[in-house]
Amino acid sequence: MSIRHGLLALLERGQMYGYQLRAAFEESTGSTWPLNIGQVYTTLSRLERDGLVRPLPESEAGQRPYEITDAGRADLALWFATPISRNDRPRDELAIKLALALTTPGVDVRSVVQAQRSATMRALQELTRLKYGSNRPEDLPWRLVLDSMVFQAEAEVRWLDHCETSLVRHQPSGPAPPAPRPDDADVRDAARWAGEEARR
Amino acid sequence: MSGSDDAVLELRAVHRTHGTGPAAVHALRGVSLVVRPGELVAVMGPSGSGKSTLLALAGGLDRPTGGEVRVEGQPLGALDRRGLAQLRRRRIGYIFQQLNLLGSLSALENVALPLELDGTSGRRARALAMAALTEVGLPAMGDRFPDQLSGGQQQRVAIARALVGERRLVLADEPTGALDSQTGEAVLHLLRRRIDAGAAGVLVTHEARHAGWADRVVFLRDGVLVDTTAPLGSVEQLLSGSDR
Repeated sequence: MSIRHGLLALLERGQMYGYQLRAAFEESTGSTWPLNIGQVYTTLSRLERDGLVRPLPESEAGQRPYEITDAGRADLALWFATPISRNDRPRDELAIKLALALTTPGVDVRSVVQAQRSATMRALQELTRLKYGSNRPEDLPWRLVLDSMVFQAEAEVRWLDHCETSLVRHQPSGPAPPAPRPDDADVRDAARWAGEEARR
Repeated sequence: MSGSDDAVLELRAVHRTHGTGPAAVHALRGVSLVVRPGELVAVMGPSGSGKSTLLALAGGLDRPTGGEVRVEGQPLGALDRRGLAQLRRRRIGYIFQQLNLLGSLSALENVALPLELDGTSGRRARALAMAALTEVGLPAMGDRFPDQLSGGQQQRVAIARALVGERRLVLADEPTGALDSQTGEAVLHLLRRRIDAGAAGVLVTHEARHAGWADRVVFLRDGVLVDTTAPLGSVEQLLSGSDR
């Protein structure tokens, strides 16, 4: 997602100046995505450069409103019509971390899983509490944003449960042993680690 | 008393073993837990970790093989069958996945039943039952029979029955069962509201989204409590991000 499309969507409602855009953006994302005014103006000037918005004459109070152009409307329509690709999202650090934990000597993977599950669960509690406190009809956009984060956290906990079950099935005796390969230069080190682990 | 004077539920080093000798199954191994008024504790853990055993012991439906369970300071082990049954009817509400509503009784009669069994006059029991049905948003459904209600409405009747009267401890085992996510959420909303009004609750669930409604989440594994989430800040602190 881009702030770009967020601002275009807001301008589709009608002309606005920078501070109005910032307030409306934060309102529609329930302050889960704070913007500073600098980001708003930088984005507006890029949108103007690309012909997607145009500035209007300054008001008497010295505020310059912007309006969306036809090209901006087309860009916005395309954005709404195009599903977000999963490849556009950042790499999942947690999945990589767990994969590495499994193959790194001396790491208790179950502890890594449990620590993450506790932290994610707590985040889920926080999100639920925020949701519980927002019952007004005008809170709906925010509730949906919170719901999205709730479902993501839930998915993460389910995946962690799945990891734990898999670990129990494949490694009944606690921490993961290293997975040495014959051609691995670190085999001796790994064996030493495994030995130390066993003596603990 | 180690600061647990106001505890509604207290488990002290509770053990529950089924069978003896090499065939013994240790369902719980030294679990301690305190739940205070206004607090909802969620219990999570894989199948067979002891979640349902914990709930059965907390509700006096089963007795521990070691340690002690107290409800409002009263050690359950000191009660005879009758005393225990009375405490269960008066002070503890259960919400199970199986609703156990009686098909031949109306919604109102189902909710009033535990009070009437406990000797409350029919009139007063019905008044309290109506208050409970109103609390769960079904004031006009009292005359309906269970098979005339939707799944979500039946679940709400079961909750009204669990909350009716002066129940101080609410125990819920996967209370949203097969309900769709909106209806399930409404059920948890009701539970949360009752807890906020001063009851204490334990919610056993494998759904993280449901455990999210709790003030504290504890994790059971192989009969042992292995972890618990840190206490939550206020909504204001959450919004300002200052609770971390």
